[in-house]
Amino acid sequence: MELFSDDFTDGNALAGPLREIFAMDMTQAMGRCVNCGDEGPVAGLKVYTHAPGLVARCPSCEEVVMRLVRSPSSAWLDLRGTMSLRIPMPVE
Amino acid sequence: MRLPPGQYLTEDFPVLTAGPTLRVPTDTWEFVIVTEAGEKHRWDWQQLMALPSERPTVDLHCVTKWSKLHTRWQGVSLDVLLEGVDTAADYAMVHSYGGYTTNLPYEDLLHGQAWIAYKFDGEDLTPEHGGPARLLVPHLYLWKSAKWVRGITLMDEDEPGFWESAGYHDYGDPWREQRYQGD
Repeated sequence: MELFSDDFTDGNALAGPLREIFAMDMTQAMGRCVNCGDEGPVAGLKVYTHAPGLVARCPSCEEVVMRLVRSPSSAWLDLRGTMSLRIPMPVE
Repeated sequence: MRLPPGQYLTEDFPVLTAGPTLRVPTDTWEFVIVTEAGEKHRWDWQQLMALPSERPTVDLHCVTKWSKLHTRWQGVSLDVLLEGVDTAADYAMVHSYGGYTTNLPYEDLLHGQAWIAYKFDGEDLTPEHGGPARLLVPHLYLWKSAKWVRGITLMDEDEPGFWESAGYHDYGDPWREQRYQGD
């Protein structure tokens, strides 16, 4: 089995949709992949937008780390592929 | 011409995918049905090709609101594949190469409603559209017609698949506009 002709964009495609949910820009948050353990910024994820929702995959192992489905009345955020998200906060 | 509520007509065939397009060689391809008792029924590509096929012409309805009418397919009916399978399951989970899953009631696989399709418009099904073979269940939204299908697990209890666990409807009937959970 071989992967080819990827039609994805980078994680900056998540900036607007995540801004709807979180009160800050999430693209600089550092996520750790459950599958391979690699850590990187949300902006570095591979995001498939031609789908019923946004599907973000780990750039190292291709596993799904985030799914975001926007219905008219809800946003569904599935993070089961993300071990943790380290979100930069203003120093108090 | 009738369209389900909220749908618009398209003449082209949009490609939607939750991940990279897969190229699955037919010489290593296999399709496995696993019953709720764990019994496995396996077909390789040659065995699938040797089964009687049908040529359904069906309408497709994608949850992203496009519909494509009168599409011509060739494939093996699930009635044929499930004929010798001893099961009393109520639900099924469809599995794809690449890890995609989708769930549906077992009954929706029967009675001429579902096929393992390997030709579209007279040509081999391209990888972009799920070739070498995809599930075709056109009476449900198209996310249920899993591309790059590799097997079906029969289950006593319902479980949500890839999109069903992220807000999409468990059943997905386009005529009842069952797009999201709660619709």
